[in-house]
Amino acid sequence: MDQFAPPPPPAPAPELLDRPQPKARPKADPAVPGLAPKDFASDQEVRWCPGCGDYAILKGIQKTLAELGARPESTVFVSGIGCSSRFPYYMNTYGFHTIHGRAPAVATGIKLANPFLDVWVVTGDGDGLSIGGNHLLHALRRNVDLNILLFNNAIYGLTKGQASPTTALGTRTPSTPEGSVDRPINPCAFALGSGARFVARTTDTAQKTLPGLLKRAHAHHGGSFVEIFQNCVVYNDGAFADLTAKAAAPEHQLYAVHGQPLIWGKDRRRGLKLNPNTLKLDIVAVGGGDGVDETEIMVHNETNPILAQMLATLSGPAAPVVMGVLYCDDTAPPYEEALLRQVHDAEADESGPSADLAALNGFLRQGRTWTVS
Amino acid sequence: MASAPTVPAPQATETDAPADPDRPDSATALGLRTARETLESVVVRFAGDSGDGMQLTGTQFAQSAALGGHGLSTFPDYPAEIRAPAGTPFGVSAFQVHFGASEVMTPGDISDVLVAMNPAALKANLERLRPGGLAIVDTGSFTKRALDKAGYAHNPLDDQTIDGFRILGLDITKQTIEAVKPHGLGNKDALRCKNMWTLGLTLWMFGRDRQPVIDWLTTKFAAKAPLAEANVAALNAGHAYGETAELGGGLRRYSVLPAEADPGEYRTVTGNQALSWGLVAAAKLAGLDPFVGSYPITPASPILHTLSGMKQFGVITFQAEDEIAAICAALGASYAGQLGITSSSGPGIALKTEALGLAIATELPLVVVNCQRGGPSTGLPTKTEQSDLYQAIYGRNGDAPLPVIAASGPADCFHTAIEATRIAIETMTPVIVLTDGFMANAAEPWRLPDLTGLEPITPPKRGGDAGPFERDPETQARAWVTPGTPDRMHRIGGIEKDFDTGHISYDAANHQRMTRLRADKVARVARRLPAQRVEQGSDAGGVAVVGWGSTYGALAQAVRQARREGIEAAHIHLRHLNPFPTNLGALLSGYDQILVAEMNNGQLASVLRDRYRIDLASLTKVSGQPLTICEVQAAIARLDAGQSLDQPDQEIA
Repeated sequence: MDQFAPPPPPAPAPELLDRPQPKARPKADPAVPGLAPKDFASDQEVRWCPGCGDYAILKGIQKTLAELGARPESTVFVSGIGCSSRFPYYMNTYGFHTIHGRAPAVATGIKLANPFLDVWVVTGDGDGLSIGGNHLLHALRRNVDLNILLFNNAIYGLTKGQASPTTALGTRTPSTPEGSVDRPINPCAFALGSGARFVARTTDTAQKTLPGLLKRAHAHHGGSFVEIFQNCVVYNDGAFADLTAKAAAPEHQLYAVHGQPLIWGKDRRRGLKLNPNTLKLDIVAVGGGDGVDETEIMVHNETNPILAQMLATLSGPAAPVVMGVLYCDDTAPPYEEALLRQVHDAEADESGPSADLAALNGFLRQGRTWTVS
Repeated sequence: MASAPTVPAPQATETDAPADPDRPDSATALGLRTARETLESVVVRFAGDSGDGMQLTGTQFAQSAALGGHGLSTFPDYPAEIRAPAGTPFGVSAFQVHFGASEVMTPGDISDVLVAMNPAALKANLERLRPGGLAIVDTGSFTKRALDKAGYAHNPLDDQTIDGFRILGLDITKQTIEAVKPHGLGNKDALRCKNMWTLGLTLWMFGRDRQPVIDWLTTKFAAKAPLAEANVAALNAGHAYGETAELGGGLRRYSVLPAEADPGEYRTVTGNQALSWGLVAAAKLAGLDPFVGSYPITPASPILHTLSGMKQFGVITFQAEDEIAAICAALGASYAGQLGITSSSGPGIALKTEALGLAIATELPLVVVNCQRGGPSTGLPTKTEQSDLYQAIYGRNGDAPLPVIAASGPADCFHTAIEATRIAIETMTPVIVLTDGFMANAAEPWRLPDLTGLEPITPPKRGGDAGPFERDPETQARAWVTPGTPDRMHRIGGIEKDFDTGHISYDAANHQRMTRLRADKVARVARRLPAQRVEQGSDAGGVAVVGWGSTYGALAQAVRQARREGIEAAHIHLRHLNPFPTNLGALLSGYDQILVAEMNNGQLASVLRDRYRIDLASLTKVSGQPLTICEVQAAIARLDAGQSLDQPDQEIA
């Protein structure tokens, strides 16, 4: 799990040192040790199809929360509509199964109303990128401190298999019997373009690394976005098989680690080298007789947004899919801190927290009034 | 009559000449309602180009009238475009002020005095001037080009266009430029002072004090002293012009009766202001902070603006990316334990529909404000209408009832907001508050309540020993268990839930039971409502005029006048549109005839017919303009005479 060690934290900006205590609200108690993953499972029967990738993700998240020492009562899972959005029902935390695409908006309201809650959003490729694309964009650009998990199975599962915004070009589905003609979107590139300050990618099968990655997302101070490739066994089985099959994975996945050269392959013989003429990452052989020296390979820097964009969109027959933390910038205050600081400052200027009805009486009587006696 | 207001007393009686029937400029000849030498009330309409500052002029004039102890009603009437093509009739912005004694309840059907800053303003507003009324016209703006733009082939001041009106032509442009010359303004800035010159003149005409305007200008232009000085100079020059010109005839001063008002401290307030303040007061009464999710839309945006300036009361405002996110974030805030509020107008409410259903399904409190405008679709954004009643009562998928409550005027918005919040929290339901563009922007005097004396709002059980799906036996409201409460973790959502456990349930009998529960919860709200009262007239026999919302003033005045003429009429004004007060059906059945008057195509009429199977007459108006007293009065008279209402617009094929 060392590969997920965060980079040395940047020096905090001065304004972050004295973060406002946003409002006088009961503070969540510190973490309770001793909760096991099963303590985060609700008593509800899980109703995903047998073999669905969501089971593995559910297990991974329950494990993550246990390892984090999360408190169930301070944890809220918010979802939209779709297979992935059934997720909150299976968690023994607070949960809000909202309407199609709107989970980021509901979650924003929850976080602003009580910033001490730990708010997770579970969405899918249809929910988050089609009907709810706008809300996802704005939650990310505002940098609301939400942990947003997008389960990408590249299909509409719950409505029986129509093409989604991430479905590969040419895929035959009930709504695209001759093959889909709309070009798919790249979720991580979308998140980066929206101004997300934490963007990561993983797969449902990466049980060893999933908790570590989710812990990084959780630790990020601000909005975090994690794309999780997830296999739909019924309507899009094997969509990521090339990527996730045991034998194929090392050849097709590159785990980006901050400070480490971008190298992959079973023998770690391939790497990404920056071509200064094309401003692209070339795929080169590393070491051996004919390969370039490892020192020439691009070193991952997760604070570099340009590199993050290149890694997110890397494509071509020989190109790997880049996993891990593509981008992390901890320097900006989350939205709710900035907003609640204004409220806090205004309250301090007035009569202290939650100015009362007497103060409101005075407010209404400001300006021009007259008296009839 | 109550004692005169303490500040400032009406000040001009000493110069008022008695009305002389032989002089053409006498009050009677002007068509103004007179009582001895003084007028009971006057309607002044300021009209100019969108950029002429007419809204400011009207607002300041109204403020001065209010400070003079007058009853007051205003009507801002402006185009949808921020700067419509200059000089054109559709770019004209107008502000109507009706002030005087206490019976002032509407901005006036037509104006007694029209101030027209350019030919287009004259063209667009002359039909709203009383025959024999006075038009003050800036002749300096009546250039060939301006006349062309207004669509006048000839100067209307020289032909029969103005027959039957009194025209006072003044070169306001030139007078203003002269007045501000010492302050070194460029031509453009100098011309912007024309509205203050006009305001000075009208303040003089009606004996109103200039000082509040001077104070306001000084504050407004605190950082730009030359602008402040120039505007004050223009104001003073207009005032001085009145005094000087009077000697030469033409201009007169009028004394207008002050209102009889209950003792207390007053201020002027618009509907949007009163509503915003009421929402904050309501949240405080419940011990909560208001969370406002909103998206800009005419005419509701001032609610977002007002609340954004009230952070010292713990108000969180969230300008969302769209209407849907606005209501969803508000619902999220309610789920997390604060008071979720969202404000919009018809098109925005349409977008919020699905989330309203979620609020009903999850049984969370939410206050939804619909500041109605002309529809359908984009409709008439800046014009008023009451055509979202069906949308409010019925406009959701599934059987999805919710309480609907309507304010009847600017000041009433304050208490309506509190009542809506009380219902939302005590019943754990979304509530729709209906206002409209007319009352949202109109101003009237408001006797300030003492907020510390208002009844607190008690949220249903929160946390503690309550399970999240336990219900109050009286209201059927579920407990409000918020995230952060230990050992009460639960899941809610839009899927049907089991009555007892709250878990997802597709069970047929359970869905039947939950549907009945949701209907019952809303129906039970009626038990806690006050009985429907009769505003005027007896509680049986004759014609009952039934209305809701901002038509209050027009209906009240029309009924009053009908009664003076010996017609047996009563006025019933509904605040609670869903559910209706429990006595409403019996009350209505006692009248010989019922006239439902509303600014839509007959929506309340059909809801009442459906609910009570009663026969009624429907008076409707959807012109974007408020209902007038005359229109209602005429309808009452027809019904009283045994005639049916002639509504030609219903017959258009």
